[in-house]
Amino acid sequence: MNRRDTRTPLHRAMGLGSAKDYTAHWWSQRVSAVALVPLLLWFTASLIALAGGDYQAFIAWLQEPLTTILMVLLLIALFRHTVLGLEVIVEDYIHSRGLKVIAIVLIQFSGFALAVAGILAILSIAFGR
Amino acid sequence: MVAQTRPRSPHVQIYRPQLTSVLSFSHRLTGIALSIGSVLLVIWLIAAASGAPTYAGLQAFLDSWLGLALLFVWTFSLFYHLCNGIRHLFWDGVYGLELGPIYLSGWAVVLASVALTLTAWIAGIIMVL
Repeated sequence: MNRRDTRTPLHRAMGLGSAKDYTAHWWSQRVSAVALVPLLLWFTASLIALAGGDYQAFIAWLQEPLTTILMVLLLIALFRHTVLGLEVIVEDYIHSRGLKVIAIVLIQFSGFALAVAGILAILSIAFGR
Repeated sequence: MVAQTRPRSPHVQIYRPQLTSVLSFSHRLTGIALSIGSVLLVIWLIAAASGAPTYAGLQAFLDSWLGLALLFVWTFSLFYHLCNGIRHLFWDGVYGLELGPIYLSGWAVVLASVALTLTAWIAGIIMVL
């Protein structure tokens, strides 16, 4: 086959197939996964190091510039990966078109809102409310 | 779509569980658990940004038996999903897809997840004491 896209014009227009268009999704999932490996290892190690410490110690840690940056990156990668993963689950189990749209919209909204909320919380601590 | 009311032959109920299928399902299940955990992560950050009293309230819940149990489940889910995720990334590189390596890496993932979870918790307990 020499054509890049072997779908018929009608197929392309209607976007048939449960995932519609998967390549970008697939790459984004892998890229966010690769980012999450070091970020989560750092995060877990940091939490263990902070264990038993008090509120002030936690705030001081969050206010360190490197921590602030890595926490923001962590949230971005985490919610990207989470939303993509949940979308795959929706595609696998929800077949009603209406329910699927509602589910995906909810997942996208929640993921984005939670990421923004988390980043704003981190920044408000970092810049010392 | 009309609801399917025809009887179907048993599949999930009758197919013998194997390491491959169990680990695959666990990857999805831990992914869902981690998604729920990510909500708690943001709540935790917002609590920290809201000041010491609010943070203390959340910390009290996390120190309770229920809170600790949830954290334990979350850390195991994290390490399992992380290790199995790395296994997936190797597969994406078309590496280790033969049955022998799949079983070997599968058991390695289970062992590593348990080991990492126990190490993290023992380290955390040592830090607190």
